[in-house]
Amino acid sequence: MGKTLFDKVWDAHVVDVIENGPQILYIDKHLIHEVTSPQAFNELESRGIPVARPDKIVATADHNTPTLNQHLPVKDELSRNQLEQLTKNCAKNKITLYGLGHENNGIVHVIAPELGFTQPGMTMVCGDSHTSTHGAFGTIAFGIGTSQVAQVFASQCLLLEKPKSLRVNVNGKLAKGVLPKDVILYIISKLGTNSGTGYFCEYAGNVFEEMSMEGRMTVCNMSIEMGARGGMIAPDETTFEYVKGREFAPKGAAFDQKVAEWKTLPTDADAVFDQEYSINAEDIGPMITYGTNPGMGIKISEKIPEIADVSFEKSLAYMNFNKGESLIHKAINYVFIGSCTNSRIEDFRIAAAFVKGKKKAHNVIAWLVPGSQKVAKQIEAEGLKTIFETAGFTLRQPGCSACLAMNDDKIPEGEYCVSTSNRNFEGRQGQGARTILASPLVAAATAIEGRIVDITKYMN
Amino acid sequence: MEKFKQLISTAVPLETENVDTDQIIPARFLKATDKLGFGDNVFRDWRFHKDGSVNESFPLNQSIYGGSILVAGNNFGCGSSREHAAWALAGYGFKVIVSSFFADIFKGNALNNGVLPIQVSEVFLKDLLGKIQADPTLEISVDLENQYISYSNGKETFEIDAYKKVCLINGYDDIDFLISKKDKINAFEATQ
Repeated sequence: MGKTLFDKVWDAHVVDVIENGPQILYIDKHLIHEVTSPQAFNELESRGIPVARPDKIVATADHNTPTLNQHLPVKDELSRNQLEQLTKNCAKNKITLYGLGHENNGIVHVIAPELGFTQPGMTMVCGDSHTSTHGAFGTIAFGIGTSQVAQVFASQCLLLEKPKSLRVNVNGKLAKGVLPKDVILYIISKLGTNSGTGYFCEYAGNVFEEMSMEGRMTVCNMSIEMGARGGMIAPDETTFEYVKGREFAPKGAAFDQKVAEWKTLPTDADAVFDQEYSINAEDIGPMITYGTNPGMGIKISEKIPEIADVSFEKSLAYMNFNKGESLIHKAINYVFIGSCTNSRIEDFRIAAAFVKGKKKAHNVIAWLVPGSQKVAKQIEAEGLKTIFETAGFTLRQPGCSACLAMNDDKIPEGEYCVSTSNRNFEGRQGQGARTILASPLVAAATAIEGRIVDITKYMN
Repeated sequence: MEKFKQLISTAVPLETENVDTDQIIPARFLKATDKLGFGDNVFRDWRFHKDGSVNESFPLNQSIYGGSILVAGNNFGCGSSREHAAWALAGYGFKVIVSSFFADIFKGNALNNGVLPIQVSEVFLKDLLGKIQADPTLEISVDLENQYISYSNGKETFEIDAYKKVCLINGYDDIDFLISKKDKINAFEATQ
């Protein structure tokens, strides 16, 4: 029987198998940030254990950083202390850190691919559940807890049970205005928030083959929102072209050698998955969420379903929505374009293309937060910044920002925010804030109109 | 890590499904650099209203309920990988979480902090929640060695990874184990 992409990468990294127990998996790249690493550093220090492979770790500051005036000292004392701890820990352990203000700084899942750290066939981890993003390169990448961060520090390995395999096939032609974000929101809405738990997911079909790397990252990023530890897409010419020439990618003959290896990674034709789903691209439309988990999504033109369930009703009560209601024409005062899901250059190109020649609605406060310093520079170089500013938007500085509202970028209580981020949990964007997940296109249209509109009507 | 073998305790019922780790510990409390004090803020925004007043209807605030077992709805611990959620539950005093389904990362985080996640059937969960609500003094027994959970006339066995079971019973953690495998890891690295 043939092997899956996941099997090939996993099997190549197994150091040892414990009888009736987990496997020891070798980790090629460990990404860290300020929020989930300090306790791991403390753990090692208190036990007198050195960091095994500092050369395989890359650090950035992103979760708890301001998106305004990054050149000034961070005002919040606790946040400042956390950032200082990261700087201190990295210096002490000789770990590369792209701190606040560094030209390579940005959201961990945006900078690793753009710097060429993320490469096909690797195993990658980070104390962040959206590490699944890197699966877009045919990488086994997943989020870990802080105890596991300490384990990787100590041994460059993790003890894991091999997950089961799942494949989601999407074939056909996507309608105009249907973006990668809509594809993944549709998949999660159909399969449910725990459908992927215990599995590693592969996305296959012509829809993903034709997608850009940015789009593939958006899809893989949200694998965890259906419970899957990670999601992967087979590496192909699009992948190789993206990786080629990046700062930390192999160069010259070494690159060609790697490409030859990467070409052997795609799932064999006779491989069998533990679970498989198929979706027609034509059934997918621009999506929007109405509840408090990412599985509670509908096509923007649809009405909120009528389900008799306590948790469902609790969710609608929090959002102040009713069963059977349409979200079209709902007034919206906040829009967030950013996060590790949708803060790459392509996302801002899409938003700018819609915004061009229009004006932001007066009632809307819009936060446009690039995923990295490099994305911010490119936004300026491509003239998108001028388009946004002419339309009445201001760009902020890179970071996780209002996706998890650890910094000052919080949505006020009771307000709705149409957001390109990944989670609409209660209070995710601030205490009492109500999050509506959507694509950068729907978010841009909401910012212009000041209310939710049926984007499909703008596409014709 | 604290050793865990068995436990007899009353429980707190939390019927809500899909409890995500943002609810267990909201992001604004993640600014600490140690593991202490998270228990004070467990389920912060469900336990307290925004003005700081106590939400009397939330089970953790109802004095009839108590104990070191939390019995929760399906898909507990989904969302963010923050281990702070496990620290918060452990810090509050929970040693066992019972649900019909756990998210992967949370499950691992709980086990790494000596908190035992017990996955039971939907039927068992529903019955148990009902029994606790009818009688908050109901005692629940958890036996890790023999892998069962029981109360009055209800009993169910549960699964746990054999390696993790040994770790919990003896209070070992994965770091000790991985470091003991250093030779194999070095040999693997040499082939890369």
